[in-house]
Amino acid sequence: MSKSNVSMTVNGKAVSAEVESRVLLIHYLRENLGLTGPHIGCETSHCGACTVDIDGKSVKACTIFAVQAEGANILTIEGMAGADGKLHVLQEAFREMHGLQCGYCTPGMITRAHRLLEENPNPTDAEIRMGISGNLCRCTGYQNIVKAIQYAAAKINGVEYKEAAE
Amino acid sequence: MIPGTFDYHRPANISDAIVLLSRLDSDARVIAGGHSLIPMMKLRLAAPSHLVDLAGIPELKGVRLEGSDIIVGAMTTQHEIIANDLLAAHIPILRETSTVIADPQVRYVGTIGGNVANGDPGNDMPALMMALDATYVLSGPKGDRRIAARDYYEGPYTTAARPGEILTAIRIPAPPKPHGYAYEKLKRKVGDYATAAAAVILTVANGKIATCSIGLTNVADTALFAKDAAQAVIGTALDKASLAKASAGAEAITSPAADGRGSAEYRTKMAGVMTARALSRAFARASV
Repeated sequence: MSKSNVSMTVNGKAVSAEVESRVLLIHYLRENLGLTGPHIGCETSHCGACTVDIDGKSVKACTIFAVQAEGANILTIEGMAGADGKLHVLQEAFREMHGLQCGYCTPGMITRAHRLLEENPNPTDAEIRMGISGNLCRCTGYQNIVKAIQYAAAKINGVEYKEAAE
Repeated sequence: MIPGTFDYHRPANISDAIVLLSRLDSDARVIAGGHSLIPMMKLRLAAPSHLVDLAGIPELKGVRLEGSDIIVGAMTTQHEIIANDLLAAHIPILRETSTVIADPQVRYVGTIGGNVANGDPGNDMPALMMALDATYVLSGPKGDRRIAARDYYEGPYTTAARPGEILTAIRIPAPPKPHGYAYEKLKRKVGDYATAAAAVILTVANGKIATCSIGLTNVADTALFAKDAAQAVIGTALDKASLAKASAGAEAITSPAADGRGSAEYRTKMAGVMTARALSRAFARASV
């Protein structure tokens, strides 16, 4: 009984497996499914590098067991780009606005920013900063991450992105 | 960090969950959002042989008005509390408090039941529930019973809940309209537990404080109900002297540990400062 069958949808694809109950979702995604986009950073629910979208919620995949995600619909960074390889607007935004340096936090940042913009398509600078406060970046100082999310928001809203005066 | 082995159960209703708990080994644990329990399991500070997941029980979800009480289902997440209009209209301090708990990802998953049930003195909701005079509904093999939040906490991670009981709902008497409220939390960064925090609920009549209750977070082995601090401001217009008396009343009952958040002396002092700030803000809100 310490093993359970789990079925879920990951990036639009139905998957199922028998996993040990104690397997964390991040390990299931990375080791069973080979989805190494979500990263393991702190393993203590602080850094947000493992953030994925579960049923419309941003969740740290290091702090949920795979069995708890039974029946869930999960989106990871691998599911963001189009089937034709066209980058998601947030991916494009992070590239254009230099929203990353080492890239370690980026998959978590982008999946989190995706949910933030779904809930609030026109966030203020402060709302973006609060919205990504569960994601740590040690390189950028966040400045360009905030700009990237503003760029993506502008594009989603069909308006021209204007960089705010520093 | 890999947790120990356990068997996973996902009952579909409360009675099945209670039957499961009474049948399983005594170290079986209930899991709600899991954002306290899973980190402890990863550190092997907790190694339950069974987890009973409450996520599949719809009756534990949601917020409703019953007479003058607001009933909050134990599995209601912090994110849902922030978004809930009924709560915002009747008990706005809940939104203010949930917003300073952890970070967005944790708030999507972390529940109010989990926050109050396990007796972690670092959690924010217990002090708030004491200030609001909330009642917890515990469901067990012998049926339901109710216990006041002010009587629930016995020590760190030690509560009045008996083995086999599940905290299923929180009943909060809606504070009078209008009332003043504030939750003041001093913390080092987003996601941190409080260095010290204070919850205040008060009413004002003819420019003076008519009723007041205060709860304190993370400055003792349990959340604290600061009766003397509240008494110090009742009947006053919150002048400087009564504010100082309230701060002193709060400081007098603290016994914080020295940790990365500061020395015991500092954290005691901050309990007084948070109390004064919360009182001032609550008073201003009640006076408009």
